[in-house]
Amino acid sequence: MNTHAKPSKLIKGATGDWEIVVGMEIHAQVSSNSKLFSGASTEFGGDPNAHVSLVDAAMPGMLPVINRECVAQAIRTGLGLKAQINTRSVFDRKNYFYPDLPQGYQISQYKSPIVGEGEVIVDVTATEQITVGVERLHLEQDAGKSLHDQSPTESFVDLNRSGVALMEIVSRPDIRSADEARAYVTKLRTILRYLGTCDGDMEKGSLRADVNVSVRRPGEPLGTRCEIKNVNSIRFIGQAVEVEARRQIGILEDGGKINQETRLFDPGKGETRSMRSKEEAHDYRYFPDPDLLPLEFEQSWVDELASHLPELPDAKKARFMKDYGLASYDAGVLVMERASADYYEKVAKGRDAKAAANWVINELFGRLNKEGKSIETSPVSADQLGGIVDLISEGVISGKIAKDLFEIVWSEGGDPRALVEQRGMKQVTDTGAIEAAVDAIIAANPDKVAQAQAKPTMLGWFVGQVMKQTGGKANPQAVNDVLKSKLGI
Amino acid sequence: MTHPTDLTLADAREALKSKKISAVELTRAHVDAIEKARGLNAYVAETPEQALAMAAASDAKLAKGEAGPLEGIPLGIKDLYATRGVHTQACSHILDNFKPDYESTVTSQLWRDGAVMLGKLNMDEFAMGSSNETSYYGPVASPWLPPNWTEDKARAALKGDKRGLLVPGGSSGGSASAVAARLCLGATASDTGGSIRQPAAFTGTVGIKPTYGRCSRWGMVAFASSLDQAGPIARTVRDCAIMLRSMAGHDPKDTTSVDAPVPDYEKAIGASIRGKKIGIPKEYRIDGMPAEIDRLWQQGIAWLKAAGAEIVEISLPHTKTALPAYYIVAPAEASSNLARYDGVRYGLRVPGRDISDMYEQTRAKGFGKEVRRRIMIGTYVLSAGYYDAYYVRAQKIRTLIKRDFENVYAQGVDAILTPATPSAAFGIGEKGSADPVEMYLNDVFTVTVNMAGLPGIAVPAGYTADGLPLGLQLIGRPFEEESLFSIAEVIEQAAGRVTLPKPWWN
Repeated sequence: MNTHAKPSKLIKGATGDWEIVVGMEIHAQVSSNSKLFSGASTEFGGDPNAHVSLVDAAMPGMLPVINRECVAQAIRTGLGLKAQINTRSVFDRKNYFYPDLPQGYQISQYKSPIVGEGEVIVDVTATEQITVGVERLHLEQDAGKSLHDQSPTESFVDLNRSGVALMEIVSRPDIRSADEARAYVTKLRTILRYLGTCDGDMEKGSLRADVNVSVRRPGEPLGTRCEIKNVNSIRFIGQAVEVEARRQIGILEDGGKINQETRLFDPGKGETRSMRSKEEAHDYRYFPDPDLLPLEFEQSWVDELASHLPELPDAKKARFMKDYGLASYDAGVLVMERASADYYEKVAKGRDAKAAANWVINELFGRLNKEGKSIETSPVSADQLGGIVDLISEGVISGKIAKDLFEIVWSEGGDPRALVEQRGMKQVTDTGAIEAAVDAIIAANPDKVAQAQAKPTMLGWFVGQVMKQTGGKANPQAVNDVLKSKLGI
Repeated sequence: MTHPTDLTLADAREALKSKKISAVELTRAHVDAIEKARGLNAYVAETPEQALAMAAASDAKLAKGEAGPLEGIPLGIKDLYATRGVHTQACSHILDNFKPDYESTVTSQLWRDGAVMLGKLNMDEFAMGSSNETSYYGPVASPWLPPNWTEDKARAALKGDKRGLLVPGGSSGGSASAVAARLCLGATASDTGGSIRQPAAFTGTVGIKPTYGRCSRWGMVAFASSLDQAGPIARTVRDCAIMLRSMAGHDPKDTTSVDAPVPDYEKAIGASIRGKKIGIPKEYRIDGMPAEIDRLWQQGIAWLKAAGAEIVEISLPHTKTALPAYYIVAPAEASSNLARYDGVRYGLRVPGRDISDMYEQTRAKGFGKEVRRRIMIGTYVLSAGYYDAYYVRAQKIRTLIKRDFENVYAQGVDAILTPATPSAAFGIGEKGSADPVEMYLNDVFTVTVNMAGLPGIAVPAGYTADGLPLGLQLIGRPFEEESLFSIAEVIEQAAGRVTLPKPWWN
């Protein structure tokens, strides 16, 4: 753990500086067709209790059977976090009563998780990188859902999620700010999506965070932490850290002390509220689940899964920087989503890689964000965008015209080269035509000619006029050259 | 001719094959016997229509020569096996009206092999008990008359609270009583700490608890998952062998079931035991053991020696720690296994002010006293601060008990001979009301076997001076049930078939 506080991260309180310390437990829903211990579907949506097996409903005499694919997904994730894979782990029962927990216990892993220590490298800003330690990853069952808004006198239970596999990924308390917290979850989400082990869809609850926050004076031991349960968006995670740290600092600066407790973040009010104190905490009575033998597998299976892992974001970013000469920030933006990186590589193939990066990042991503579209639903394909880049590098169109062309392809589709032909968007490089236009403008504006000769920066006005007359298609370099020689500047 | 209900399972099988009797006739005879024996309270649900329909189907198969190994054999099923559409409550109030729409693996294998279901058998609630007195449906009476009781006195007691009549043992008391009273040719039972072997010994019947993992637990209401195992109770060793073959087998739905072929256990009957090494554990000679139990044990040793077995004294040093350790492990697992009975989805629900109140009311009213006691013990031994002192230590003891047996088997011992119970059957209402430990002591010779996951069989070997049956227990190597059948049959032959009581209860 980093014990040297970074001055830039400190929060100024009324009585001096404070350091925020954050550790996170991320619950990531495993991408799999069926649940962790039953054959029921994991499909999202569906009528209440449509995806419930006898096991999920905890009927008498039912037994759990581990789903091999969920185990494989946990191993892949562990490998993606550069973590220790434990070829022997144990499932335990976490006992508590709740209507959406039909067994009266959650099957989880307590003392012997399937994945041990690992790490996540996180870019916090264009220039700042931190490493967040992963303490462990374990597999466990999700609970069902209690519905309190269906009847004035009763609550209902939907068990569709009951028994769905979750990976709980526990970080070390290596995070020092709300920005770092957001960046950590963003990066973790990217890795999970690359691996295909969790879709990372926070709106559907596929990724949820329990955020542990404490504050301390720089250099002092860890303070008492509060756990903020079930924060379900990256933005809220940042807000929750910020708000909770401020709350704790306020209490400490007033001479109070922090009670270890579980809290809830209310995004509407922008505050955290106490849920239960340490004294009210459940005694979960963990013990090894006697229905399940210890989970054991061969190292050769791990090796086999490792050999089929996709290139992960860190490696891809390094390759983009090396092979395409991209800046760290640009490479980082491109690898955030595997689909974006794939798109970029298709555009960059055989072309000016930096120009391709500019087009993908500035034009395409900008436009996609504006319209709330994803790369998968982009109206402009990688081939089309590549075609536009080709037309620029061949000098067929100017950068400015290229933006117009991009607009046409975005809204109407079509082959960029054919569109340039059909719509007469070709750049004019024929000096005869340019000279004619220049002559006409010089003849019509003798006063401006004099001004330009006195002050050469006036040249811009002439360039603008030529472009206007040629409908923007004149090659800017050629226009400059002709103007300079005709005006004698 | 012998009355159809007095046939052994093996003899009934031959009679059906040779068409001396039809499956419907055989089933009808049992249905009638059950009706007349309602006073014993062995069955908690009778399924005569289903039984007769299954028997008719069996007759058709028998006629076509497509008979399964148990074709047309009427059986009773312990109430903890899930049977589709039929009463399945583990004799608890909390599972009121629960009728599953699934069938346990063990019973579905019995039906696959042609067996006929007569109904569901009484048991201690959630299999927690050694006398069948904890059942929500009331105690079961043994068909054996208490010493010096007249039939009239016994009949009168049957109509009342049954006090003084003999317990059939537990938790599979309904199974043992029904088999001994000829209310079925065999019964399924289950054994967590002795629940097959002790009732078999109390009723002069044979019961085997196979190796842990031999039978699937899928569809059996769980008591203590790491100890529970299905097994049969029947009137002869051979009948148990026939039943176990159908009940056993690997089940992908139970990951603790073992993928090993199921032998034809019946072939082990009559095999020579010459040269088999039989261990006699000195730690089983406990203080205060009745002289007649010791005499029975010595008699068993003499019979096996006479059959050519080699008798060796052995030591199982951790025996005395087994019972206390068992009463930590089993309640711990039970406290968690029984958490699902919460009034939310099925069974009894007692309304409350809020969810916690509903849980409390439902579980307070739904569970009987012994079940509540064990849930509390289990919750206590798993709770923070006590886990290491109780649960962890009990698990360590369990490992040591297992090692005791492994050491003995490594020395070439084939099986271990012990008494099955420390006494003969006692009276209903006689034991455990003041001190539950008095009742728990019934399992002193049987729990070690569950803790070690080994197979154990109880076989009748003689009588008390008062004429009550007594049993001996044989403990085997893992998955060597065949040896147990061979050796048990030697004892059965030497002791002579038990003369079961005449039906005074009719």
